[in-house]
Amino acid sequence: MTILAENPIKTVVHPSQVQQKVIASLNRRHRKEAWFRRTGLLAVLISLSLVALLFINIFSKGLPAFWQSAITLEIYFDPQIIKIPAKPEQAADESDNDFRQRYLDWQTQVGFVNFNRLITDSLQKILPDASKHRRDLGRIVTSGERFALRDMVIADPSIIGQTRSLHLLTDANIDVWLKGNIDRSLPDAQQQLSPKMREWIDKLSAEGVIQNRFSLALFMNPDSRSSLASAGLAGAFMGSFYMMLVVILLAVPMGVAAAIYLEEFAPRNKLTDLVEVNINNLAAVPSIVFGLLGASVLIGWFNLPMSAPIVGGLVLSLMTLPTVIIATRSTLKAIPPSIRQAALGLGASKMQAIFHHVLPLAIPGILTGAILGVAQALGETAPLLLIGMKSFVASIPASPFEQASALPVQIYLWQGNELRNFFEARTSAAIIVLLLMMISLNGLAIWLRKKYEKRW
Amino acid sequence: MKLNKLSNLLLAASMTFAVTGVAQAQSRDTIQIAGSSTVLPFSSIVAEEFGNNFAQFRTPVVGSGGSSGGLRQFCQGVGANTIDVANSSRKIRPNEVEACKANGVQEIIEVKIGYDGIVFASRTDAAVFKLEPVHVFLAQAAQVPQNGKMVANPYSRWNQIDKSLPDQEILLAIPGSNHGTREVYEEKVVVPGCETLTEVNAMDKDAGKKFCTAMRTDGRVVEIAGDYTETLARLTAQKDAIGVFGLSFYEANRDRIKVATVSGVEPNLDTIISGEYPVSRPLYIYIKGAHIGVIPGLQEYAMFHVSEGMSGFGSVLESAGLIPLSDDERAAISENIRLKKSL
Repeated sequence: MTILAENPIKTVVHPSQVQQKVIASLNRRHRKEAWFRRTGLLAVLISLSLVALLFINIFSKGLPAFWQSAITLEIYFDPQIIKIPAKPEQAADESDNDFRQRYLDWQTQVGFVNFNRLITDSLQKILPDASKHRRDLGRIVTSGERFALRDMVIADPSIIGQTRSLHLLTDANIDVWLKGNIDRSLPDAQQQLSPKMREWIDKLSAEGVIQNRFSLALFMNPDSRSSLASAGLAGAFMGSFYMMLVVILLAVPMGVAAAIYLEEFAPRNKLTDLVEVNINNLAAVPSIVFGLLGASVLIGWFNLPMSAPIVGGLVLSLMTLPTVIIATRSTLKAIPPSIRQAALGLGASKMQAIFHHVLPLAIPGILTGAILGVAQALGETAPLLLIGMKSFVASIPASPFEQASALPVQIYLWQGNELRNFFEARTSAAIIVLLLMMISLNGLAIWLRKKYEKRW
Repeated sequence: MKLNKLSNLLLAASMTFAVTGVAQAQSRDTIQIAGSSTVLPFSSIVAEEFGNNFAQFRTPVVGSGGSSGGLRQFCQGVGANTIDVANSSRKIRPNEVEACKANGVQEIIEVKIGYDGIVFASRTDAAVFKLEPVHVFLAQAAQVPQNGKMVANPYSRWNQIDKSLPDQEILLAIPGSNHGTREVYEEKVVVPGCETLTEVNAMDKDAGKKFCTAMRTDGRVVEIAGDYTETLARLTAQKDAIGVFGLSFYEANRDRIKVATVSGVEPNLDTIISGEYPVSRPLYIYIKGAHIGVIPGLQEYAMFHVSEGMSGFGSVLESAGLIPLSDDERAAISENIRLKKSL
């Protein structure tokens, strides 16, 4: 009270002054809030525009690569050029092995046929001045297409003597020229195609003989370097598919089992604490370290094959394991204890309570965690580089033990291809395929969660 | 319960995986190649054609990693988990042969497949360069002689080195030391350029060599550890940069880069074959003799690599940018492979 007496002026506050003070403080707080909201919105807008920039960049470059220039030719399977013996048939008393050998010999013989002649003969009919430029003539159709013709003959020799209308891929540089990926005004010395060739291509393109067609090669063929236009993603896709199979078969069951044990059965002591800390640490280990492990242990000690999806799958499983364990554990934690108690109260054993009542409720959460883990593994590149998966593989793997590439590694390889004009677009197309797979996996995870989610 | 059956199934499946894995590892029927990124495009083409032409063999798998990386892998030992062929853009070094022998790789068959030129290239919108080896040395050296003394490299623009060169900032993108190209670059350009200086000739041999290859560290010379696309990206970002490329890479990207002449000679197939263009080197593949007969198709692959259709004049590899060997030399090498003549 003494203070009041000493300083009476300050204590006597007029009501309007209070109001002013409150209003001022309120305004200040509102300003602060508005400022915070604007900053937040700005942050969202900046990140969204960066994502949009990425997508626009990739899609504008990559979408045209899904269509590729192809030439429509009447190919006459000339018996004068294709001189081969009859296709071998397995005799009744012949062993499988003998027949296989005979069949391989026959295939080799078919391989000696100059299938390029069929293509150049057909081209000569539509290009009147072709005979003077034989070298250019042989470069219109990409070199890999001769094997397509060979495979047609091998599949059905009765085609010899017939004429078929076929869409054959043109050389990569022709695709580049027609899509305008090279500056048309550059002098001859800087062009990839000769002046005669450019004249032909423009003429054929105007006549509609060369057209942009949807590129099946991109999806059906493995990678190629001798015939760049036929390079495709099939080999890398199968490699990634096998790796994901291994991850799903190993990491998911192991991770779920480990999580159930740690969450529901394990006693709480120093040892389980240590395990828990290590699992969390493992989730933070850079992926390249798993690659080193794969190279030295799996390939070095266990003698698993190099560049094989099985090794990649094992390495990625290790990487995905902590993700699955952590996701599963948090899902199990979120199931209300009343469910367990009710089951136990009705006489269920602990295992019955967990497997019959808790786990079914946790399945959507576990699936979400697993799918996100697999999606992460699908996009992983660094560990694969160390186990030899960045090799050039020109065949589609038939099993996880055969050499293969993987989708993200294929992107890396195409990014390094020397024919930049063609492969810049091709690389972006591969990125689009990978992105679409990721988005559909993430979409599946969201859908599963929404569909089976229970709110408590 | 359903869940139990599912997990049993998964367990069984993963066990089968593991068992077949061990069985598969014992033998390998695919040739495994690794090494130089200069040789890689050529070897990949041969591998693909090999797979397409020989129905009985599988398509070889070609990895990269640089000449040194490839040879190191090659020399790790003999067996299905080691590679069969090392690609190299330089000759194998004596210490590498020793390392190989120490690890049990006794038979190393050397196969020369052709030549490749090394070019200095800049962006098409940059100035025209007429380089001499000594220019390159002076641009990249740590120290240069000036008035009889060695001083830290003072040059920041090309025309300071020589009046005839363009007034452009010095920025060199050279291959990293994991590349065989680097060795050739030093051997054929830097050292000869350095040795034209009288001050260097006065030094004793080892000191001279050390002086010649010492590189400035002020950021004007960048070592590129990746492949040529990375060098090209550097040029795209910096207009003034000059990159070191393989001739074949330049040929595929003539719309983006242009080459400098070296000692007045423009690099192309003819000047490299005739030896006029000074910066070229042979390319090699090294075959592990102990794997012939174990890995199916290995010897055939090597023979196929040097066959006329693959690497002769007018061949597939020539159109991909390889400079072919003479027919006689090719025949001799082919004979070597047939006889499995080892180093």
